[in-house]
Amino acid sequence: MSNEQKTERQLSRTAAHDEEVRLEAAAELGDGNQAPPAVPAGAQSGELQPGLRESQSLMQRIATGNALVAVLAVIMSLILGGLLIAITDERVAEAAGYFFARPGDMLSAAWTAASEAYLALFQGAVFNWEADTFAGMIYPLTQTLTVATPLICAGLGVALAFRAGLFNIGAQGQMIIGATLAAWVGFTWHLPVGLHLLLVIIAGIVGGAFWAGIVGLLKAKTGAHEVILTIMLNYVAINLVLYLLTTPAFQRPGSSNPISPQLDDTALYPLMFGDGFRLHWGFVVAIALTVLVSWLLNRSTIGFELRAVGANPTAARTAGISVTKGYVVVMVIAGALAGLAGVAQVAGTEHVLTAGVAASFGFDAITVALLGRSTPWGTFAAGLLFGAFRAGGVVMQTNTGTSIDIVLVVQSLIVLFIAAPPLVRSVFRLPAPGAVRKGPKARKNATAGGAA
Amino acid sequence: MKNSLRMTKRGTGLSAAVLASAALVLSGCGAPPEEGGSSAAPSAVDYTGCIVSDAGGFDDRSFNQSSYEGLKKAEEDLGIKTKEAESQAETDFGPNVDSMVQAGCDMVLTVGFLLGDVTKEAAKDNPDTNFAIVDYSDPEFSDNVKPIVYDTAQAAFMAGYAAAGMSQTGKVATYGGLNIPTVTIFMDGFADGVAYYNEQKGKNVELLGWNKESQNGTFNGGFDNQGKGKTDTQNFINEGADVIMPVAGPVGLGTLDAVIEANEGKPAEEQVKVVWVDSDGYETAGKAEEYILTSVMKLMGQAVEEVISTDVEGKFDSSPYVGTLENGGVALAPFHDFDSKVPADLKKELDEIKAGIISGDIKVESKASPK
Repeated sequence: MSNEQKTERQLSRTAAHDEEVRLEAAAELGDGNQAPPAVPAGAQSGELQPGLRESQSLMQRIATGNALVAVLAVIMSLILGGLLIAITDERVAEAAGYFFARPGDMLSAAWTAASEAYLALFQGAVFNWEADTFAGMIYPLTQTLTVATPLICAGLGVALAFRAGLFNIGAQGQMIIGATLAAWVGFTWHLPVGLHLLLVIIAGIVGGAFWAGIVGLLKAKTGAHEVILTIMLNYVAINLVLYLLTTPAFQRPGSSNPISPQLDDTALYPLMFGDGFRLHWGFVVAIALTVLVSWLLNRSTIGFELRAVGANPTAARTAGISVTKGYVVVMVIAGALAGLAGVAQVAGTEHVLTAGVAASFGFDAITVALLGRSTPWGTFAAGLLFGAFRAGGVVMQTNTGTSIDIVLVVQSLIVLFIAAPPLVRSVFRLPAPGAVRKGPKARKNATAGGAA
Repeated sequence: MKNSLRMTKRGTGLSAAVLASAALVLSGCGAPPEEGGSSAAPSAVDYTGCIVSDAGGFDDRSFNQSSYEGLKKAEEDLGIKTKEAESQAETDFGPNVDSMVQAGCDMVLTVGFLLGDVTKEAAKDNPDTNFAIVDYSDPEFSDNVKPIVYDTAQAAFMAGYAAAGMSQTGKVATYGGLNIPTVTIFMDGFADGVAYYNEQKGKNVELLGWNKESQNGTFNGGFDNQGKGKTDTQNFINEGADVIMPVAGPVGLGTLDAVIEANEGKPAEEQVKVVWVDSDGYETAGKAEEYILTSVMKLMGQAVEEVISTDVEGKFDSSPYVGTLENGGVALAPFHDFDSKVPADLKKELDEIKAGIISGDIKVESKASPK
């Protein structure tokens, strides 16, 4: 039965079911077969349909699984990024001027440009072999972990919503609101050590959860599409914080700059390795959250229901799972996670509230969740990778003069390749999933994946 | 920077074309340089000046760009080495400043109040490195930080007077990017200038878009939405304003678009004019020069170069540099195309006003002025 028929039949039901129908129609959007799924195929599969996977050999599963595609996407993006670095390098351009007289010059210049830039990236993100002290050597790694903290938190929020079939673009806004509330508690209230940080964290959770909860509620009650809602609420959040920063309550005494006072020391995450490093205990919170989300998704009833809703809302409803409740719950939890990312910003690294407190972490979180195939530990790993890009990009820019925008290009290419797994497969000549069945049907499976 | 990027792209693009077509294109057939003969000439002085932008980047047509150009000029004139770090977001500030200090910079120049906290802390932790920060001052700065600030209201006062004097409709307008001191200081000065004109001439020229009393007015919500700048400008024009000062960096280009449209087919005296800010718009805006009456200039490049050259000479001091009409840190740009249309009387009055402000006879007060 096609979806249209199904919807039509539903429409003929009583008026009492109207709302439900609209919901289902909206849910259908994310359902896979007809419209392209908003959520990556693998994100929805999990163990819910083991049948498809069982027929494949282990090798096939590795080759066609999203994990390999994700890794290859990163590698391809890095190669293309390297080419871009080489093309825009001045020495390369110079050597290209006499390419025919001495072609080796251009090639070696291109190699030098790209490899130097990536070496600097590595040096700034993982290990600095030029430092004099051990602390200096591992400093880059701690920077990576610091930057990864908000990415992981917000990424988990996005990933969790993906698993329930919701495309949560609103991590940015949820982060901002979480950060705003947390910062306000941090600089307005003056409380003893421990209690203060706890309240800051709770404020962040409440802020993010509230902001995302609006989306869940509107989607559940009215069927409004979460993509539109989250995008719009991002705008509302950024303009709200801009406005708040023009009010005296959020400004420093005697100044009208849009920057909040510093948070009290009692409101900050303690540093993990003392003053020399920026790494704070928020990172440990991020690890704990990963464990928690992992448990929630794979071991708890709620998680099972969320995945069921994500895989097939109609089936979930038939099985007696409340889809509306599922939407609200998943958005509230996702928002809380993004709010904690905001806390990591204000109580971890920035210590003040400004309009740019969330940087672009809320949007990067979408990429992180995609790259992590919406699994908690995948998201964790992807968060670390993106943290490394950001931390290393700074050093790459300073030491080799390579534009930091290259990092952005690499990140964007990763999204591009992940969104087009067949492209990556054809480049590396990997078999498509279910390759035993040749023809268009097999390819359709490749794109629609487990959601089919 | 952008130009060089474009050129290099074109260079390799050409040689790729040569490869592909094997045609008789001459690019790629140049003579290679002699082996080993390319060691660069050593810098004149062993000094590294470094700059960290705020999130606007070095191509913002505003303070990041001017400061960057100042540093580049110092590189050219003094033979120093330079390093630059462009911040993509506010979270990059700390790491960028850190990496500059690690890279052994003698002077780290930061741009904008948002880098204030970061600069303050980095300066405290690294007393051997000198810092300078554009557009921000803080009494808690340690004595290795030199703030570079501007009393822009002085030049904006003159612009307000000139605008009121040139307005045919009796209405002038201004709008800002965000309601922040570095923006509102332009608008305050402009408002005062208009008010002074009314007081002197017994006229009633009206200012739209800014109320100095309530410190509120028309704001764009940022520095990147040129479309909004265009709409705001059209609204002002519809309300009858014929001199408009956008204080929103590149958003001002939207104002120029609106003015080009509005002026089409109008006789010269009815045309809407624009007062540009930060740099001389006649030279930098790249379009509609004929409608740019004048500009309120903040000569940041000059101050940056000056601060660096005194530091190279070893004469660094932490007293704030305050750009004023007196030291030429702020100024009213020439009228260029309008030179023949601005009445000689008005020019004379502007000269008197300038002298009056310098001597202190005319008070220009803004909440946002550097103290």
